[in-house]
Amino acid sequence: MEKNSKKISPNKTPIPEQEPAKRRSNFLEVALGYAPELAMKEASRCLQCKQPLCVKGCPVSVPIPQFIRAIKEGDFKKAIDLIKTASFLPAVCGRVCPQEDQCEKYCTLGKKCEPVAIGRLERFAADHAMQTSENGRPEMVGHTGKKVAIVGSGPSGLACAFDLARLGHSVTIFEALHEAGGVLMYGIPEFRLPKEIVAREIELLKDMGVEIITNAVIGKLITIDEIMEQFDACFIGTGAGLPKFMNIEGENLNGVYSANEFLTRVNLMRAYEFPEYDTPIKKGQRVAVIGGGNVAMDSVRTALRLGAKEATIIYRRSENEMPARKEEIHHAKEEGICFELLTNPVRIIGENGWVKAIECVRMDLCEPDESGRSRPVCKAGSEFQIPVDVVIVAIGTGPNPLVPRSTLELALNACGYIVADEGTGRTSREGVFAGGDIVTGAATVILAMGAGRKAAKAINEYLMCE
Amino acid sequence: MPKILEKRLIRHPDVYYYKVEAPLISKKAKPGQFVIIRLNEKGERIPLSLADINPDEGTISLIVMSVGKTTTEMSTLNAGDEIRDFCGPLGQPTHIEKYGRVILVGGGFGAAPLYPIARELKAAGNEVTVIMGARSKDLLIYENEMRSLSDKVLITTDDGSKGIKGVVTAALRQELEQSGADMVMAVGPAIMMKFVCGTTVPFGVKTFVSLNSIMIDGTGMCGGCRVSIGGKTRFACIDGPEFNGQEVDWDILINRQKTYLSEEKESFETWKKRHAFAVCE
Ligand SMILES: Cc1cc2nc3c(=O)[nH]c(=O)nc-3n(C[C@H](O)[C@H](O)[C@H](O)COP(=O)(O)OP(=O)(O)OC[C@H]3O[C@@H](n4cnc5c(N)ncnc54)[C@H](O)[C@@H]3O)c2cc1C
Ligand SMILES: Cc1cc2nc3c(=O)[nH]c(=O)nc-3n(C[C@H](O)[C@H](O)[C@H](O)COP(=O)(O)OP(=O)(O)OC[C@H]3O[C@@H](n4cnc5c(N)ncnc54)[C@H](O)[C@@H]3O)c2cc1C
Ligand code: SF4
Ligand code: FES
Repeated sequence: MEKNSKKISPNKTPIPEQEPAKRRSNFLEVALGYAPELAMKEASRCLQCKQPLCVKGCPVSVPIPQFIRAIKEGDFKKAIDLIKTASFLPAVCGRVCPQEDQCEKYCTLGKKCEPVAIGRLERFAADHAMQTSENGRPEMVGHTGKKVAIVGSGPSGLACAFDLARLGHSVTIFEALHEAGGVLMYGIPEFRLPKEIVAREIELLKDMGVEIITNAVIGKLITIDEIMEQFDACFIGTGAGLPKFMNIEGENLNGVYSANEFLTRVNLMRAYEFPEYDTPIKKGQRVAVIGGGNVAMDSVRTALRLGAKEATIIYRRSENEMPARKEEIHHAKEEGICFELLTNPVRIIGENGWVKAIECVRMDLCEPDESGRSRPVCKAGSEFQIPVDVVIVAIGTGPNPLVPRSTLELALNACGYIVADEGTGRTSREGVFAGGDIVTGAATVILAMGAGRKAAKAINEYLMCE
Repeated sequence: MPKILEKRLIRHPDVYYYKVEAPLISKKAKPGQFVIIRLNEKGERIPLSLADINPDEGTISLIVMSVGKTTTEMSTLNAGDEIRDFCGPLGQPTHIEKYGRVILVGGGFGAAPLYPIARELKAAGNEVTVIMGARSKDLLIYENEMRSLSDKVLITTDDGSKGIKGVVTAALRQELEQSGADMVMAVGPAIMMKFVCGTTVPFGVKTFVSLNSIMIDGTGMCGGCRVSIGGKTRFACIDGPEFNGQEVDWDILINRQKTYLSEEKESFETWKKRHAFAVCE
């Protein structure tokens, strides 16, 4: 080992990126991806551990050393096949997974120097396959004659549909919006996840015979009870899409958005191309975004790209506690985003019905709370104002009530999330399974995808032993 | 894609009636609910109330007033054309029960969504009075339809060209003084609903309104449609659109409706230029 590590570069092979000065005013992807030589170079950093800790850190246990070895050997087809045994959306996950808290956190190499860039390699393998082969349609089993309904087309629903279709079941996805993809389509911006990638995965499902019905709001157009009359089983993956507000003064002024509204206008409705596209958005000159997660980072960088002169994150804890991916915080800094940390808004000040400023207080961190994060407390008398014309609230979301409200005997927890078994997604209703954010609360793409796949396995067992 | 089966100009030059093929929606829809439509790939999502529901036929009807880009573009569609995205039924249905004597107040095209509501309230055994107001008699819609199913219809016009000269609230006050009411419902421009609520306060009558805040998804996902009801933030698309009018913070609603005035103008102008569309004044 000692001998080897001398040859190993201590740092990740840099990934080509758009220059910060250029990308801050366009919506094109920031990271451009490895070319094959760079990928092979990075792959050769992997120690090929006998007991790979990285795999333990991966929520879906991608065979990491194996696929990295395949890349190193130039067998890219084998690499993607290996990844696909565990992950259904590698092009997406390679881009948006919080690798620093998962596989890369545990990588042996990471103890002494930078871990292997597992995410970048995963993305490389997926992109390379997309560019070279056809759509990657898997081998499919003959029809079983069983019908399954999937409610919601986010990563949990798409993954569940993929596995069930592969097993020969006839699958119908019901999606409330006019486009499938969930948060991947309406939430995460183009510059981090090109919509074409999501569209391709959806095309693949259609090609596999999955029917996708858009503009179908379950609980309104059809209820779960009615679905269960027509289908043999059902998976609910409706996400945690209900935005929370702070309930402070001035929150209903014009120019105050939830992150969901702001991002939906831009991503799903393409307001950044207004008036070519009809949906408008207020392009603020000075924009404040409240929150410290991925959603806040996406909002603030979107505001910048819409032309803001100053775009600021307001977060009540310190950078260490920010839940956003480290890479996105780094990218945001490079792009010139301002950070007001240990700062909390107390009210939004208006003029003629429009936002004019936001008043904040400075915070101190005290001993950690139940969540393990340090509890922020206000510093008395530290109030100050930041002049802004747009405020975006990105402090979290709750469960969408449409399905729970309209479904009989579906057990919910105290916060309104659906109660489902962790290993199988089984709910209190026979034949009804659930997974993703509607069960766990806002989490990650990979966890939602994993939950969809676990549920698919359980649904298959349920259908086949009937 | 749902097909337009029938289109009629019901008020010259800017209000059209559409009957749309939507079997599934028609079976589920209830008065007081709405749909969200999008006309094309680059289009905006806009909410439209259900002006009629016909489950036997598998159709629903819409009445649309051309006020800007999307509604005007919609007016260029004809029977046989399809509407790209058609999502519904959305919102909570009107709560129908036997109140006794009810007064429905419709301002402008607000009379359209009141029509199926009036029918249900009548069927539930209520005595239904309708007050319809407009600036002038040519701007009234749905008068005959309303007459056919209400016990009493009062017309008000600002210029006195038909019925009582004045605004709906004057007629409403008179009705309340003369014979009282067990429930009042108002649908129309926010400002008119606000004044209706002001009028009913001294009479202590339960007053419902249908709020028309700006919407996108209509599923509770964006919070853009939020309104302040009794000091609490509620989403008009899933908690409403009907609320207890006495609890509504009207100033917030009216202000928020104006968020995009300049963009709406720009969008409409761009579209008119491109389509050489002349709007009759
Ligand atoms: C802006 C943003 C950035 C993020 N960044 C990251 C990141 O970098 N990395 C990461 O791992 N995670 C990230 N996340 C979190 C991640 O996207 C979610 O955890 C994940 O998408 C959850 O998947 P899901 O399948 O549970 O639901 P969703 O993706 O929320 O999809 C649910 C779908 O169900 C539909 N639906 C809801 N109700 C109904 C109904 N009644 N009838 C029919 N359809 C319905 C919705 O329209 C939606 O399409 C981010 C989230 C946001 C909002
Ligand atoms: C629940 C509800 C039911 C409605 N029912 C009807 C109906 O039955 N018939 C009808 O003609 N109109 C109805 N409206 C109003 C209709 O949605 C707007 O007139 C339409 O969106 C205007 O779009 P535009 O592009 O033509 O005009 P624009 O110039 O874009 O807008 C004109 C005005 O309409 C409002 N508006 C704009 N966009 C939206 C939006 N996305 N959501 C809500 N309001 C918006 C704004 O106040 C704006 O100032 C309803 C609105 C709501 C909220
Ligand atoms: S822990 Fe790191 S070095 Fe070891 S196999 Fe995994 S990626 Fe390679
Ligand atoms: S329209 Fe988006 S939450 Fe109501």
